[in-house]
Amino acid sequence: MTHLGYLLVGWGLTIGSGVLYSVHLVRRGRTLAARVSTSRQRWMTADDQ
Amino acid sequence: MTKPMAGDSIEQTPVGKRASTGSRATFWLGAVVALGVVALILLGFFAAPEDDQQQDAVRMIFVHVPSAILTYIAFGATALGSVMWLWKRSVWWDLVAHSAAEIGVIFCGLTLATGSIWGRPTWNTYWDWGDVRLVTTLILFLIMVGYLSVRSMGDDDATATRAAVIGLIAAVNLPIVNRSVEWWFDRTLHQKSSLTDGNLEDLTLFTLVFGIVVWILFFAWAMIHRFRVGWLERELRSGDLDEAIAARRAEALIDSRPQNGASS
Repeated sequence: MTHLGYLLVGWGLTIGSGVLYSVHLVRRGRTLAARVSTSRQRWMTADDQ
Repeated sequence: MTKPMAGDSIEQTPVGKRASTGSRATFWLGAVVALGVVALILLGFFAAPEDDQQQDAVRMIFVHVPSAILTYIAFGATALGSVMWLWKRSVWWDLVAHSAAEIGVIFCGLTLATGSIWGRPTWNTYWDWGDVRLVTTLILFLIMVGYLSVRSMGDDDATATRAAVIGLIAAVNLPIVNRSVEWWFDRTLHQKSSLTDGNLEDLTLFTLVFGIVVWILFFAWAMIHRFRVGWLERELRSGDLDEAIAARRAEALIDSRPQNGASS
């Protein structure tokens, strides 16, 4: 396969950024959801889990 | 940082349920996105054919173009949310605008980065200041970084209004970025639309469309989570304010009691 280095950097950067941002969002959400009372958690549907 | 809020003792998340911004729908949406990314890697690296001219470098199209399209969608959502905020003063729409802007900045940055990486083996350069699409995309990116900077300066209505104006200025740039390769076709290294020029082979086109669908599903997943995070941040600030007001009222009550006791 030609240009493998460019491909790995480009794909790795894109997918890695997506994964890191996803982990950040989920962890931030868990921290905030634990601190905010459930009565104020409008737009959340975590109760259906 | 984790001080409890007034009323938390009876309102906290029940034992056995994990507090999060996730739901059953976002779980399955995230699972579909994860499987989609794996399938895209397999399709992009092993199924799609190499290009006669670019050889395997053409496989960069499967992350670059979806990222660019997601940038348009995200900043379009920011513009819509900004209009609705300015018109209706709707917090819901303001959060949509802010959430979409954050995701859009990430994917606009990725569009620039993957484009530069793709440009080196294809154009023999990472960057060309004479290319109108590169420069207009960079301007879009910087405007939206400015949007996020303004948002980080405060959470009041005036800040939201300033950010909304910036979001609308960025929206004016969206059609310029998109049409630049046609309006200034002699001042760009870019080809015209990969999706519509009819030059892609069937499996390459299928993989590209598949990648766009996976990216859009990821955008939906990220928007839901980011919106909920934004809502919770807002509620936390509001709760802290309520708590501070209640504390000051309690202090005022305590201060007034000894005087009453002394007179009786």
